[in-house]
Amino acid sequence: MGQTIAEKIFSKHSGKKVNVGDYIIADLDLVMAHDTTCAWAIDPFYRIAKKVWDNSKIFIPFDHAYPAPNIQMAKLQTKIRKFAKDQGIPITTDGVCHQLLAEMYINPGNLILGADSHTPTGGGLGALTIGVGSTDAAIAMATGKCWFKIPQTIRVNIEGNLPKGTFAKDIILMIAKKFGPEGANYKVLEYGGNAVRSLNVSSRLTITNMSAEMGAKAAIVEPDEKTEKYLKENNRPYKFDNNKLRSDADAKYEDVFEFNVNDLVPLIAQPPDINNIAPVKEIEKKKIKVDQVFIGSCTNCRIEDLDIVYKIWKGRKLNGNTRVIITPASKKVYLQALIKGYLKSFTQMGAIIENPCCGPCLGRGGGVLDDNEVCVSTSNRNFTGRMGSPTASIYLGSPATAAATATTGFITDPRNLL
Amino acid sequence: MNWILGDNINTDLITPGRYNTTTDPKELAKIAFIEYRPEFAKNVKKGDFIIAGNNFGCGSSRETAVVAIQTSGISILIAKSFARIFYRNCINQGLLAITADTTNIDPDDKLKINFKKSLLINVTKNKKTKVTIPNLMIPLHKEGGIIPYLEKHGLESISTLFKI
Repeated sequence: MGQTIAEKIFSKHSGKKVNVGDYIIADLDLVMAHDTTCAWAIDPFYRIAKKVWDNSKIFIPFDHAYPAPNIQMAKLQTKIRKFAKDQGIPITTDGVCHQLLAEMYINPGNLILGADSHTPTGGGLGALTIGVGSTDAAIAMATGKCWFKIPQTIRVNIEGNLPKGTFAKDIILMIAKKFGPEGANYKVLEYGGNAVRSLNVSSRLTITNMSAEMGAKAAIVEPDEKTEKYLKENNRPYKFDNNKLRSDADAKYEDVFEFNVNDLVPLIAQPPDINNIAPVKEIEKKKIKVDQVFIGSCTNCRIEDLDIVYKIWKGRKLNGNTRVIITPASKKVYLQALIKGYLKSFTQMGAIIENPCCGPCLGRGGGVLDDNEVCVSTSNRNFTGRMGSPTASIYLGSPATAAATATTGFITDPRNLL
Repeated sequence: MNWILGDNINTDLITPGRYNTTTDPKELAKIAFIEYRPEFAKNVKKGDFIIAGNNFGCGSSRETAVVAIQTSGISILIAKSFARIFYRNCINQGLLAITADTTNIDPDDKLKINFKKSLLINVTKNKKTKVTIPNLMIPLHKEGGIIPYLEKHGLESISTLFKI
């Protein structure tokens, strides 16, 4: 019986051929905990260990509320700094954890644990990157290991060519509509097909990132020459065997789904659920007034996303009644946008450029929503109260939809402006 | 009493990000469901149950959601299904998260769990329902979570716990 790519990675890291349903203890390549989840991992850690298993394999980015917006967060960060100093772990403040993991650490075939629900993002590089809570992170920091139950894999084949004005975000919203918030709970989502192969790593990361919204334990794209190119561009070339890091022809899937993007249109997730999807064109008719546009988060604020924003905004004006907040996903993206002149141009237009971090995505950074306000966001969660007041409404769309909306002040189909 | 909740109760509803800024369990208990069910923290009594629908605990990995519920006094959480990270967090914290068909349970129904027979007994409605409780959840509940368990039995004991 053949294996899926996920089963191969679990086998390699546990030293035995695994089967669906097995419990294993696996060796980890890296453990990530950020400025909130790490704070809760410290006390449990010191109850079971004095020193971390390998301080070069622990990654602590400050991103969820950095720089600290209040005294409580400042206290949590002080606590983590002390822990990191005691353990000889550098703290990184260069951007959103999942983007930094992709730029700096994840190699195809890795098994990585992250104390954050959007950890599946890293699967866009052909690795198994799995989200957990703080206690699991504490045990992993002490031992370099984690227990797993081998999950079933669902194969998602995506074929066709993306029509003008549609992007990876629209693909994953289409898939979320089909699966719903629980459709991939405990499962690995394995993405393949022509449309996925033609996407660059940045776009693949958008798809794997939002797999968390369907409950997926991990999401994965078989690594290929585009993965190799991405690693080289990030100054860390890594040789991997394409033939080994792919699912066998006779691998067993729990299910196989086929999607085609030839007729895809820009989509938007209406509050408060990820599968409350509608075509932007339809929502545009309602002329919903938008108070804030947020272009950021681990889902969508890489340089390719800002290229699209620039293209849409060039020669136009922002609507003066809408706040526009941009948080580049990392320092690297920030500097790329600086060199390309985007930061100057966006700032002159009236957009607010925040430091690379999670920004207003989880209602802690600058850009908290007031009662009954409406936000169009490129992030991944439209839950009630996520970005501020529980009566605010969050709509999720592509950077193109967000950029188009910023010019008009109401939810707008980007195809009108491309 | 039973706190009846619906489907897809996410961790932003349990401990909203804006309040989720402390490591003190007692402070966390005060913010449990602060906006979704503002009366919860004030009125919850030790031994109360939470009765929920599908995908309880979806969203963020924040373990504070489990700690807040546990410290508030809730003894057992019963849902049709749980989101993966939340469920792992329940196992690790020793909170009993039991999977069962939770339809037709009212706030005042008297509920009991028969752990040996894996049954949820609705004494008021005289109804028995099959429940799923993973083997390792009960020892971890008795020892107060996986950290006290590892403190007592050593880091290697994790293999025995999961029978690996």
